[in-house]
Amino acid sequence: MENKKNILPILKINNLKKSFGDNHVLNGFSIELFEGENLVLMGKSGSGKSVMIKCLVGLMQPDSGTIEIMGKDITTLSQKEFNNLRTEIGFLFQGSALYDSMTVRENLEFPLRKQKRELETIEKLVHNALISVGLVDAIDLMPEELSGGMKRRIALARAVILKPKIIIYDEPTTGLDPITAKEIIQLMRNIQQTHKTSSLIITHDVDCARVISNRMILLIDGINYAEGTFNELSSSTDKKIQAFFKS
Amino acid sequence: MITHWNDMTTSLQIFNTIKKFFIEIGELSYFAGRFFKEVFTKPFEFKELLRQCYNMGNRSLLLVSITGFILGLVFTLQSRPTLMEFGAESWMPSMVSISIIREIGPVIIALICAGKISSGIGAELGSMRVTEQIDAMEVSGTNPFKFLVVTRIMAATLMIPLLIIYGDAIALFGSSLIENLKGDVSFQLYFNKVFDAIKFSDIIPATIKSIFFGFAIGLVGSFKGYNCTNGTVGVGEASNSAVVYTSLLLFVIDFIAVFISDIFFEI
Repeated sequence: MENKKNILPILKINNLKKSFGDNHVLNGFSIELFEGENLVLMGKSGSGKSVMIKCLVGLMQPDSGTIEIMGKDITTLSQKEFNNLRTEIGFLFQGSALYDSMTVRENLEFPLRKQKRELETIEKLVHNALISVGLVDAIDLMPEELSGGMKRRIALARAVILKPKIIIYDEPTTGLDPITAKEIIQLMRNIQQTHKTSSLIITHDVDCARVISNRMILLIDGINYAEGTFNELSSSTDKKIQAFFKS
Repeated sequence: MITHWNDMTTSLQIFNTIKKFFIEIGELSYFAGRFFKEVFTKPFEFKELLRQCYNMGNRSLLLVSITGFILGLVFTLQSRPTLMEFGAESWMPSMVSISIIREIGPVIIALICAGKISSGIGAELGSMRVTEQIDAMEVSGTNPFKFLVVTRIMAATLMIPLLIIYGDAIALFGSSLIENLKGDVSFQLYFNKVFDAIKFSDIIPATIKSIFFGFAIGLVGSFKGYNCTNGTVGVGEASNSAVVYTSLLLFVIDFIAVFISDIFFEI
């Protein structure tokens, strides 16, 4: 991480702008995420975090700016090329977003369906993903039978089943009790260590940021307001920065 | 002056409603265009299509059975006194069968299916939209339009005609039961008269019409659900407006179908 200026970032967002009418949500936002890094992005509600990740995974088109994932500018890729690139990105949604009409097994098999793999391999991948989140027994349950914490774990298993190089976490601990939130943070750390993934974590949870971040960016008014390690930012005297760390 | 201002406000509201209606028609047409583009391109989601066919067909079977049976029963009971008045009760099987097969069966069963299937699709896709399940599908590299929308529209287009044919048969059975109980007409005689009366020119336009009914049911339900906004309130609105728009569209299709049938089949 020390020599990161000499290595290429795995994810690079440059001067991203997005407006909805007169509402300028992103005003030239830029980040670089390096291999094996856990980058935490913090911002107030409405600061443009969700818009940024939607642009990042192609759910929304930015007005201007570039997004490079593993050296490829996603705005120039065909839909097919972008869909192939998407298999390198895992996404944990805030509300877990498990498919209601499918069992846990089918939820985990879903990202694998486009890849021509043998049934045994799929079984093994599903089993391993469930072991990694400690929920092997839940394989045949429906999402409605799971608690909030279990849903988040299954969603995490689904996000990592393709062994992606980048994982995006959208407020991974929101809506969970403190104990379950700690378990999810621990799982995130385990996954990062096991799969050597790079993580972009969007969170309001200071504890989560403290435990997991290698580096943090504070997003205010659609631009990067401050960047540094947790200790650097939390000890800042800037009132706007301090507001993030007051509980 | 106040009256004048109120008139202007009302006119503006009417204008906005009409504008919104035409925008929605435009968006629905674009949605239908996207369906036709996606339905012929790979990959084909056969497994999901079969699942949807099973869900729509199997889960609507009881409702269609009860509706069809009561339809035939009531129609025959209501028509008997009038036909008896003219000494024409022997025309009952032909009159009932032609009415049910040509018009009443397809329209009533399609309306019932609009209430069940179209609202179901609207609510299901709407709920998937607001809980980010559709986004999750897209992020995983799957085309959610193909997986969710194309399969549902195709399933409705395939299953509604089958449900209508089945419902027509049940309605005729209900009618024959009344004729058997009240008019001492045997089932064999009743159905002989039915098959003597109905022609291909009755069955073909009705079947073609029911394919369009199925398409409309799948299309509007999917359109409303897929484009759902405003969270859980939006899901209710999507489900509700799916039924309203589909019902309206069914009558428009019915009118056009009858008009065209009149030209080609000389009803």
